[in-house]
Amino acid sequence: MAENTEWKDVLVFIEVSDGKPQEVGWELLGQATRLAGKLGQKVSALIIGDNVKQFAKEAIEYGADTVYVVDDPAYKTYVTRTYNNAFCEVVKKYKPTIVLIGATPLGRDLSGAVGTVLQAGLTADCTGLDIDDKTFKLLSTRPTFGGNIMATIFCQKGQPQMSTVRPKVMKKGNPDPARKGEVIDVSVPVDPKDITVKVLEFIPDKAGAVEIEHAKIIVAGGKGVNSQEGFEQLKKLADLLGGEVAGSRPMVEAGLLPVERQVGQTGKTVVPRVFIAVGISGAIQHLVGMQNSDVIISINNDPNAPIFKVSTVGIVKRWQDALPELISDLEKRVN
Amino acid sequence: MHIAVLIKQVPDTQEVKIDPEKNTIVRAGVESIVNPFDMNAVEMALELVEKHGGEVSVLTMGPPQAEAALKETLAMGVNRVILISDKKFAAADTLATSYTLATAIEKLSKDTTPVNLVICGKQAVDGDTAQTGPGIATRLNFDQATYVTEVTELVENEKRIVVKRRLAKGVEIVQAQLPALITVEKDINEPRYASLPGLIKAEREEIPSWSADFINADPEQIGFKGSPTWVKRIFTPPPREGGPLFDADDAVKKALDIVFDNKHFREAVLGEESE
Ligand SMILES: Cc1cc2nc3c(=O)[nH]c(=O)nc-3n(C[C@H](O)[C@H](O)[C@H](O)COP(=O)(O)OP(=O)(O)OC[C@H]3O[C@@H](n4cnc5c(N)ncnc54)[C@H](O)[C@@H]3O)c2cc1C
Ligand SMILES: Nc1ncnc2c1ncn2[C@@H]1O[C@H](COP(=O)(O)O)[C@@H](O)[C@H]1O
Repeated sequence: MAENTEWKDVLVFIEVSDGKPQEVGWELLGQATRLAGKLGQKVSALIIGDNVKQFAKEAIEYGADTVYVVDDPAYKTYVTRTYNNAFCEVVKKYKPTIVLIGATPLGRDLSGAVGTVLQAGLTADCTGLDIDDKTFKLLSTRPTFGGNIMATIFCQKGQPQMSTVRPKVMKKGNPDPARKGEVIDVSVPVDPKDITVKVLEFIPDKAGAVEIEHAKIIVAGGKGVNSQEGFEQLKKLADLLGGEVAGSRPMVEAGLLPVERQVGQTGKTVVPRVFIAVGISGAIQHLVGMQNSDVIISINNDPNAPIFKVSTVGIVKRWQDALPELISDLEKRVN
Repeated sequence: MHIAVLIKQVPDTQEVKIDPEKNTIVRAGVESIVNPFDMNAVEMALELVEKHGGEVSVLTMGPPQAEAALKETLAMGVNRVILISDKKFAAADTLATSYTLATAIEKLSKDTTPVNLVICGKQAVDGDTAQTGPGIATRLNFDQATYVTEVTELVENEKRIVVKRRLAKGVEIVQAQLPALITVEKDINEPRYASLPGLIKAEREEIPSWSADFINADPEQIGFKGSPTWVKRIFTPPPREGGPLFDADDAVKKALDIVFDNKHFREAVLGEESE
């Protein structure tokens, strides 16, 4: 067990946007449960927003023992300054030793501000979390230098120890409807003077725009495909499997693919069940965005393509030859 | 309008390797570049002062070699560059970095004219933390807007800025109060090339270097002392085991036979429940 200090328990921020709690919160509660187990401590959750108390029960089902709720119409829209105030109030009052936040756009915007006010060590975009056996400190592992290198980071001093974790990196546990926990209302009034940032308008991406990071199956094309005709075949394959089309950066640059469908360091990180890579070489900047997929099937005519090193199976052929056969064979097996 | 742009010199990330014996990052022979996001930040600042008037100062915290990064922006046409450099700043994490840069911006505001707008890159490609900008905004108590793709309005006397932010599901149009800090996305503009007068200026100009004492930094909050986080270990990511390759006539069939035995594949494709 960790030494007995004032600071204990593992706090997870549950981000609510568009009136819905984000999945990454549940993923992190699973991690928090594991870390708290190693420390012999408890798991807590923090929800900030308007009309958000309803989500406390779900947080308990996913592992929270205590849920702090800052529920106030003034928190209806996210403003860095007001959320930062509320967040820091809760941390200063309840003193969690570890604070985990999803590395979503909102989470990254908020965590830098919170870490600064609390003068806390903050490690961004972690892919692995653990507790040091000797010091009982949080060990956060993250890719750096574009995924070429992994670094394990700890806080040599200060409390709490903060980390942000990318969505979909940790697997979500199963909710347990029988779990019991405590819900604590925390009131942090908003000073209207703090709301100097105002959202004037939100323009959603055009209808039909999908978020590939939520797809179970992704069919991705690269420079080896590089044609409208090839992407039509990829679409056919994706439709057959109920998946989404994605691709490498050069395909976005070539105008064959919208930027929301780019996978990789400067695109999206995806962790689908099945990722089919067609004509993609497997540059490190691409791999960091897809290498945690459960099953990777690659088609490439170069047997030395690096993509094969991360693939469950590889088909060493031209896509022009392999894709039609793959589609017709799958049609038979699926139906 | 006084715009301060913060840039970072980074190694060309693709080239970076680990020394397997010393377990340290090998930087020797690796070319340094200006963080690509920061080049877009400089271009944005130059376009804004062209439209609204004012001046652009570029700051970087780094070793003496980072002077080269500043010269690159001088050649693009910025008005002033400052190197923030001191051995005492070494080993800074984002908390110490944001403290140092915020302190330097305050000094700059005092010595010249008050900074109304700070522009950072969304993230630095070596660390990818994206924390420095929000950290500085918090310390200076500036309004902050991250993931900005465009500044649509900038009215100095009304202290008003309106920006477009790229979010996961769409674009948000946000109004904030000046002074403000924004962090910008990559590829939002085409950073201009150096001009001939710019190159001459960059060649001739003596780059001012600000030390910890000069900016009156609290020794407890800079460098190693001011950095709660510490790297315990670095390593090359373990390679994922590559599976079999098939190249014969029956390659597609063989590959499918394998994945149809995989529970994740069956669950996703056939809708079978696992567990
Ligand atoms: C800072 C930075 C950020 C980057 N971010 C990203 C990112 O987010 N995402 C990204 O994808 N890239 C990114 N890149 C680019 C990346 O380095 C690679 O250049 C890119 O991923 C390569 O794309 P590709 O695999 O489609 O093309 P290539 O590397 O050209 O590979 C094409 C492959 O197709 C194969 N091929 C050719 N013909 C056929 C055929 N008929 N049938 C089957 N196979 C065929 C070839 O053998 C080859 O392996 C980034 C680069 C930098 C420097
Ligand atoms: N040492 C530095 N000097 C100047 N600006 C920096 C420095 N480090 C980070 N920044 C700025 O902060 C942004 C985000 O960096 P990071 O938080 O490291 O991802 C960069 O794009 C720069 O604008």
